[in-house]
Amino acid sequence: MAQHRVIVVGGGLAGLSASVRIAEAGLPVDLFSMVPVKRSHSVCAQGGINACNEVARQQGYSEYMHFDETVYGGDFLADQPPIYEMCHWAPRIIDLLDRMGVPFNRTLEGMRDLRLFGGSLFKRTHFAGASTGQQLLYALDEQTRRYESEGKVTKYEFWEFLWPIIEDGRAVGIVAQDMRTMQIRAFRADAVVMATGGNGLIFGKSTNSVICTGGAASRCYQAGVDYGNGEFIQVHPTSIPGADKLRLMSESARGEGGRVWVPRKKGETRAAKDIPEAERWYFLEEKYPKYGNLVPRDIATREIFQVCMDGYGVAGQNQVYLDLTHKDEAYLNNKLGAILEIYEKFVGDDPRKVPMRIFPGVHYTMGGLYTTFTPKDDGKGLVLGNPVQMMTNVRGLYAFGEVNFAYHGGNRLGANALLSCIFDGLFCGLSVANYVQDCEPGKAPAAAMAPAPFDAAVASEKAKHDRFLSTVGQGSGDKSFNAYQIGRELGEEMTAACTVVKSAQRLEQCISKLAELRGRFAKVRLSDGAIWTNQSLSYTRAVGDMLILAEVIAKGSLLRKESRGSHFRSDFPERDDANFMKTTRATYNPGSGDHTIAFQDINSSLVKPRQRSYGKVENKPAEKKEPVGV
Amino acid sequence: MISTFTTSESLAAARAANRRAAVAGRTVIFRIKRCDGPGKPSRWEDFKVPVPVGANVISCLQYIAANPVTADGKPTTPVVWDSGCLEEVCGACTMLVGGRVRQSCSALIDDYAPAEGDVITLEPMSKFPVIRDLWVDRERLFHNLKRVKAWVPIDGTYHLGAGPTESPDQQGTRYKLSECMSCGCCLEACPQFNLEEKPDMWDTSFIGPHAISQARLFNMHGTGKVLADERLDALMGMGGVSECGNAQNCVKVCPKHIPLTESIAAMGRATTIHGFKRFFRG
Repeated sequence: MAQHRVIVVGGGLAGLSASVRIAEAGLPVDLFSMVPVKRSHSVCAQGGINACNEVARQQGYSEYMHFDETVYGGDFLADQPPIYEMCHWAPRIIDLLDRMGVPFNRTLEGMRDLRLFGGSLFKRTHFAGASTGQQLLYALDEQTRRYESEGKVTKYEFWEFLWPIIEDGRAVGIVAQDMRTMQIRAFRADAVVMATGGNGLIFGKSTNSVICTGGAASRCYQAGVDYGNGEFIQVHPTSIPGADKLRLMSESARGEGGRVWVPRKKGETRAAKDIPEAERWYFLEEKYPKYGNLVPRDIATREIFQVCMDGYGVAGQNQVYLDLTHKDEAYLNNKLGAILEIYEKFVGDDPRKVPMRIFPGVHYTMGGLYTTFTPKDDGKGLVLGNPVQMMTNVRGLYAFGEVNFAYHGGNRLGANALLSCIFDGLFCGLSVANYVQDCEPGKAPAAAMAPAPFDAAVASEKAKHDRFLSTVGQGSGDKSFNAYQIGRELGEEMTAACTVVKSAQRLEQCISKLAELRGRFAKVRLSDGAIWTNQSLSYTRAVGDMLILAEVIAKGSLLRKESRGSHFRSDFPERDDANFMKTTRATYNPGSGDHTIAFQDINSSLVKPRQRSYGKVENKPAEKKEPVGV
Repeated sequence: MISTFTTSESLAAARAANRRAAVAGRTVIFRIKRCDGPGKPSRWEDFKVPVPVGANVISCLQYIAANPVTADGKPTTPVVWDSGCLEEVCGACTMLVGGRVRQSCSALIDDYAPAEGDVITLEPMSKFPVIRDLWVDRERLFHNLKRVKAWVPIDGTYHLGAGPTESPDQQGTRYKLSECMSCGCCLEACPQFNLEEKPDMWDTSFIGPHAISQARLFNMHGTGKVLADERLDALMGMGGVSECGNAQNCVKVCPKHIPLTESIAAMGRATTIHGFKRFFRG
């Protein structure tokens, strides 16, 4: 028992909750992260975390409804038992975070307050101002630091994951590189938990942090872990366009009463405040009288996109108003202060006085590493502690949080991401501990294995590394072999072809472009030959891995000849349950560098698929309307 | 010229004036303090960067990374820097912009260099060891959070019901303190906090405003206060709260406007009372 260890890669909400849970089970944890864990991308989550609580329950809500909303919100693509378990665990997770000291907003009586969020008619979202992800991450960071000071968790910060070490079909460690000294070495472990988040950087500008390349997921995929539902990428309806990234404007802005509108007149030149109510088109409220501005993200995004394509965008540009100016300033500062400050800092306008101008931006990766589960006999939830929960098709290699493909199906509901990340860490963390103690590692710990596979994996990574370094100063300085140039073209192509509206013709064009970029990448030239803190090398390596994942996204998009959730095909606008209510499962062929993509049945034993309209009505040029009450 | 510790009001006014005067389609000069690694000498390099609308320091550093050529046309290595969220919430991209410490993601070029050929200087923070160029090692900052046990000592992740209730007022105070993103601005500006490369000296060197404020945060929490005495013991020891020189620079540079001086005063009072109690308890 003493010689067993577990590696967790990634220090966001999923990685930290896994570390805490596994350490609590008595196993030493080695935690790897490219950044100090407190700076992980989870800090960017703003709006909140969903769970049924007593107030919601007495208003008619339940864990079952949370489950049903999540399945319906995801357009019936996800396996249902894991969602059932997650939604029933959610209230416990809130209680635990509360005990850890998360400063959740409070009612006058001192209870945790709730706000409204997309895809629900009930208030069931817990929040800490408008930086909930930051506050949850800090609470888990603090608990991890406590375990670190007790010697139960060892942090490897500024270490980059390079490759999983797989021996006889079983994960036995990883290869990682110190981003400062550039040392490459193997670390042994009896189980490896990948908790490395999404891949927004594949789309160039997104709401993601600069570390969210999907590189780690791609490396696992190339090493034999299958990839599920790659084509499902969430484009958030409200982001702030910027020169370096798209900054998120939380759904909580709409949850707290924000209204989306454009001038009814194309080419309107008046300032927003000078446009009378009757001349404003609150198109989401008109089209979706029941949910209004809080329809799920895929739907809001398509509507905003279409309004702009039809020429109604503010000032003729790709932007619409998100308006909070009718709300009281003190109320806004209390509930949304952090995000209003972000807008003010980067745009220069005060959103308490002037409507914000926003446009959709790539935000969340629903697809991810393929994971397995064992349901309870009646399908209602998962068996606690069973070793396979969120284990990939490689034994002992787990995927937790955004990097897996579970829970969110074709579209994630707002404030369900924080929940799924922490749920994975806590619920499936026990599975990891049980796997290490009861399965293969119990008889053959990684620490006792011969060194050959570890040495071979390190040699292979060093060879790749040295090949990159050997390109410094070669060639004519032609821009087309510059990794930053290839990365930019990749982002532009993927945003144009694989986001809001897709079609066979455009996707085929995208796939040829990706082949061209892969060809150019084979001859990539580095501009920095340093053997100390070489960031260009790290980025270049990631671009190669992003190109491979981009192909999974584009090819899955082409093969899925239907529209479901975030995946909208203009040439196949209807959902096709008979052929495509299935997981897209991609397998990498290391010899050819190509992908085998199959569609696999899902477990939909609990809820029958139904039409997903959110009560849409035909859009007529309506008179002035009051905001829809909920 | 924006001086180092002017008030945030006069800073905001100076920047707003620059923003109004900003010329479209200009090129500005980035003067960057570079260093190849620990123990290596520093040098300055200039880069010409075309500035699109809405550009910030990060988008210009990205341009330099893709085009590593100095202003006088010599190829050089790409500049190394630390960054993450680019939304001023992760704290990673902290550096000296125009001589003043801040996050570089929220540093808009229009605010600093409104005219053609204007110069922006970038330097690494001086209170932490440089790893390379603008990237520094802030491990000591996180280490100091351990000194004050900046956590709530829960009984594990088991389902044990909710935490303590609290008033909206107390939640508001705790939330503000809990917005600290460990960026290090307060430490860079603090005259009592100095570069210390030897980790075995950290436990006896000044702990810094951020950690004092975190001690206050956890001493306010219903469960967290069970460790209050231990936190106060830490703050009474070498490098504790009494070493604050009351320069009040910390609160001026905090990007999240955390009331650090209030926290220092509160913890100063608490340690005094704690000292009396300990004296009379023997």
